[in-house]
Amino acid sequence: MILNDALKEYCLRIADNSSILAHRLSEWSGHGPILEEDIAMSNMALDLIGQARGFYSYAATLEGKGRTEDDLAFRRDAREFVNRNLVEQPDHKDFGTAMLRSFLYSCLSYLQFRALMNSKDETISGLSAKAIKEVTYHVRHCGDWVVRLGDGTEESHRRINNSLEELWMYTAELFEQNEVDALLVKEGIAVDLTTLKQDWLNLVDEIFTQAKLTKPAEGGYQSSGGINGMHTEHLGYILAEMQFLPRAYPDAIW
Amino acid sequence: MHFVNRNLANPKQTSNIGMETTLSVEELNKREAEFDAKIAGGKTIEPKDWMPERYRKQLLRMMSQHAHSEVVGMLPEGNWITRAPSLARKAVLLAKVQDEAGHGLYIYSAAETLGMDRSEMIDQLLSGKAKYSSIFNYPTLSWADIGAIGWLVDGAAIVNQTVLAKCSYGPYSRAMLRICKEENFHNKQGYQIMAYLMRGTKEQRDMAQDAMNRFWWPALMMFGPSDTNSPNSADLMKWKVKLHSNDDLRQRFIDRTVPQAEAIGLRIPDDKLKWNESTRHYEFGEINWAEFNQVISGNGPCNKLRMKQRTDAHNNGAWVREAAAAYSAKKAASKK
Repeated sequence: MILNDALKEYCLRIADNSSILAHRLSEWSGHGPILEEDIAMSNMALDLIGQARGFYSYAATLEGKGRTEDDLAFRRDAREFVNRNLVEQPDHKDFGTAMLRSFLYSCLSYLQFRALMNSKDETISGLSAKAIKEVTYHVRHCGDWVVRLGDGTEESHRRINNSLEELWMYTAELFEQNEVDALLVKEGIAVDLTTLKQDWLNLVDEIFTQAKLTKPAEGGYQSSGGINGMHTEHLGYILAEMQFLPRAYPDAIW
Repeated sequence: MHFVNRNLANPKQTSNIGMETTLSVEELNKREAEFDAKIAGGKTIEPKDWMPERYRKQLLRMMSQHAHSEVVGMLPEGNWITRAPSLARKAVLLAKVQDEAGHGLYIYSAAETLGMDRSEMIDQLLSGKAKYSSIFNYPTLSWADIGAIGWLVDGAAIVNQTVLAKCSYGPYSRAMLRICKEENFHNKQGYQIMAYLMRGTKEQRDMAQDAMNRFWWPALMMFGPSDTNSPNSADLMKWKVKLHSNDDLRQRFIDRTVPQAEAIGLRIPDDKLKWNESTRHYEFGEINWAEFNQVISGNGPCNKLRMKQRTDAHNNGAWVREAAAAYSAKKAASKK
């Protein structure tokens, strides 16, 4: 694998994560539990779309085939998407699931962007410096909700606990790496995710303690393979919806 | 959390609710005269000022209806966020719908100064007691409908709200000033969507014209019944809550919108539409008031769906609001 291809793949990964999670959050627009949360969830989705656009554009530039950010978002099929499977999980309009999903992902994203601010690739470090401010807020906002729901009522505790049981199987995968990482870490462009695992656990544990939540026991099924294009059944539906117009009207400009 | 303490046990600045009952007839007349003079002199009425009960009720009705319209109005456009055709369009639409949530919040807060809590206003919406703009009871069937709504619906709203920004009730007038700025951006993004479609493929142009055909008349209905049939108009005009008649505003909207449609090649679906050189206004065909009356009385294509969506969101969020309140109470107790 040559460096340029690895870097493009790395950018696609960040962009896909942001884009798919933004999509899930945007499903809430108009359906939140209170207006303030409608606004907050849209805010987070907008931040993520901005991140996706930045990293897709850079990926397109690295590829050098004249494709655009939208070609990468709207004209690739599910097996080409390299997001972590956590972000594509549905929440079935359960607010706790939505908050927990964003919290678990944002903790990683926060640590990753923080490290990538020192990337030897200037575009990556620049995009990361912008994203870190946004993701810091996501961690705090979603973490606050995990605590409120975990330590709120009996019902809310039961529900957020169920969400945790459902989502935990997608957390080990957050740290999966492949040859892309190996190459870029060596060049000082990417961060070795194994070095972030303990910090991630600390962030999560701190919130779970306040939320009176216990992590599910180890040894259950753990999802794998998002970065290699192995996804859950949900991604296909997201893309069917998201890509409908550009696919149905391939010559149109919107 | 804003919502946790929002009940009447902990009131914000509210108006003089119920004070009239203690006033003598002479005193009441004197206050009404002062109130009328203040309005005639172009002064704004503020929450702490005395106001006739009918003024308060009419404003509360208008403002809560306006806030509900913002919130219900999120639904038809929200319907296309996940299918927006590019990342940029998705971001713009998401931001627009987010603005509407913000407008709703802002107007609910302004309306609360008249003595009703937000949760009570929302209960009135969900029980069907309070109305919202009839335009949101039409479906969004294609991407072009998002353009049509931004351009026509927000365009009509701007005409209404620009005037409301000069209305006599201070909190409402200030809310409108702020909101109008954002509505202008909404209007432009809608028109831009239409302009892109009209210079696109034949399928895109057909999509745009179809949206125009479906949204033109409902947009005209947004200004409300003709003045001869508008029951609240006389009082509202006397109090400078309303500064122009429904028909005047409708005409203003038509006059400014027709040239915009022509500029991008969209046809107005009205055979009677023509420019009158002597009045300097467009003449237009008869609005289908029977349809309007059907839709506002609950029998439009999406009335049931919109209420279901709002009710579901409210009910699905109940446990979240309860948890936040419980958590907040625990924290407050542990501080004591």
